[in-house]
Amino acid sequence: MLTKDQVEHVALLARLALDEEEKERYTTQLAKILEYAAILNELDTADVPPTAHVLSLQNVFREDHVGPHLPPDAVVGNAPDKEDGFFKVPRII
Amino acid sequence: MDLYYLPAHELHRLLVRREVSAVEICRAVFERIAAVEETVRSYLTLDRDGALARAAAVDRELRAGGELAPLAGIPFGIKDNICTRGLVTTCASKMLHNFVPPYDATVVERLNAQKAVLIGKTNMDEFAMGSSTEHSAYFATRNPWDPNRVPGGSSGGSAAAVAAGTAICALGSDTGGSIRQPAALCGVVGMKPTYGLVSRYGLVAFASSLDQIGPITRDFTDCALVLNAISGHDARDSTSAPGEAVDYTSFLVDDVRGLRIGLPREYLDSGLDEGVRQIVKEAAAVLEARGACLEEVTLPHTAYALPAYYLIAPAEASSNLARYDGVRYGYRMPDQDNVIDMTRATRRRGFGAEVKRRIMLGTYALSAGYYDAYYLKALRVRTLIRRDFEQAFEKFDLLLAPTTPEPAFPIGDKTEDPIKMYLSDVFTLAVNLAGLPAVSLPGGFLNGLPVGIQLIGKPFAEGTLLRAGYTFQQSTDHHRRRPPLGGGGVSR
Repeated sequence: MLTKDQVEHVALLARLALDEEEKERYTTQLAKILEYAAILNELDTADVPPTAHVLSLQNVFREDHVGPHLPPDAVVGNAPDKEDGFFKVPRII
Repeated sequence: MDLYYLPAHELHRLLVRREVSAVEICRAVFERIAAVEETVRSYLTLDRDGALARAAAVDRELRAGGELAPLAGIPFGIKDNICTRGLVTTCASKMLHNFVPPYDATVVERLNAQKAVLIGKTNMDEFAMGSSTEHSAYFATRNPWDPNRVPGGSSGGSAAAVAAGTAICALGSDTGGSIRQPAALCGVVGMKPTYGLVSRYGLVAFASSLDQIGPITRDFTDCALVLNAISGHDARDSTSAPGEAVDYTSFLVDDVRGLRIGLPREYLDSGLDEGVRQIVKEAAAVLEARGACLEEVTLPHTAYALPAYYLIAPAEASSNLARYDGVRYGYRMPDQDNVIDMTRATRRRGFGAEVKRRIMLGTYALSAGYYDAYYLKALRVRTLIRRDFEQAFEKFDLLLAPTTPEPAFPIGDKTEDPIKMYLSDVFTLAVNLAGLPAVSLPGGFLNGLPVGIQLIGKPFAEGTLLRAGYTFQQSTDHHRRRPPLGGGGVSR
């Protein structure tokens, strides 16, 4: 069973701030969805390999050369805050 | 018939014969928008000036004696999670309310290369998470057949626009049914190509192993023309499948003789509307009468596709949506003391309830102690679902199934119960887990609402889907019916 403490922990991992009402709601709703997902345990999958991806492609390589790229102003063009071509953020430590 | 209701291939013929100009087509569509958009609300952004300028360029080329590409001058709606250079791309989220992409998605580049006329960005469920377009952070789109009902989702704006005559063709994206389900509910053709056939470069990622862009059109000729334009290898997408270009119009033949079509028992025995079941059976009879061999087939793990999907897709989403941190683009919550508080507050304000629910679910399924029990378990079940299809395709060329359990449902009907909403995709999402191509097409009507039937093919067998769909449309006229949509208002 999912607890409110677990929901708070997951919200921190997900970098989401939740208010009390949201915490209550997600505790109930996620518990319901996980309960529904428990039907998967009916299947014995011990010898079944996982499929993360349907394509048989692996490690697509190309030559490492400089091609066309966005100019710096376009790169930071959508930033909420910037200075001298850099992204600007609040205090980190 | 009105210009705005003609398919692209007929408009192309009129253009080439100089019976109509690209500007006239474009104006006709914008007049249609002026008449019905207030009711349907398909578009988040319209670019009338840009569209008219592009149409005028097509006319100049035509006057200069140039040869027109099949989609030149054809008005397109583009789902708002596909990047368009210089035109705001919001994913129907407050998080990207002001995001102006500095580049075009590959599919947009390829449509532009044909001189298609992009007219606007269509509404969707926020970040493509939903089945009704009610989860747009801006407004709900309405079903052109009944404005008190949903158009489906998440590509609801694209499907509603093609149905309402406010776009000739559109692009959508399909992660668990987001092209096919709204196409079914709006009575148009919507194809999800094989994973890897169409470049995802410039598609805002939701669940990267499932997402695929595809066409929403009025008939199969248009479907083939749009697929010709957008498919093919792209070095900028590392999951793009290698392979030679295919001319999909070569599959538009009125002949299904000898085609082996399986009817998955689990899809027809489940809790679907009796009227929908009848429509699937009638469609089977139409194809059988045209010489196809129909037989029942079993996909034993069908019931496990929905729970597996609702662990895998949110897990991938929680990782993909980590990029919305208020640093590089989009919304930022102002006046925060440190970067972690800023990120958490930004994501709280920027994301809607359904997106947060899926991020929470996905983060939980991937977190230490739960990864094996939920995420890895779902990936193993995904293998079983794939194998079901592989076995079915040893005997069959195609599968025929319903697209949705019921026709369009009333607005507000499922928004309070996530699992009820998720069940709208119960017949579509196994296809994404297996990476297969599938198409929804109009199969009939129930109480004036369109019902979609779904054809599912082997990997890269889009041609077989086109052949069967084209043949079906030569024998039926469901795709020629138009919604009873005036220019008037709607009860709320």
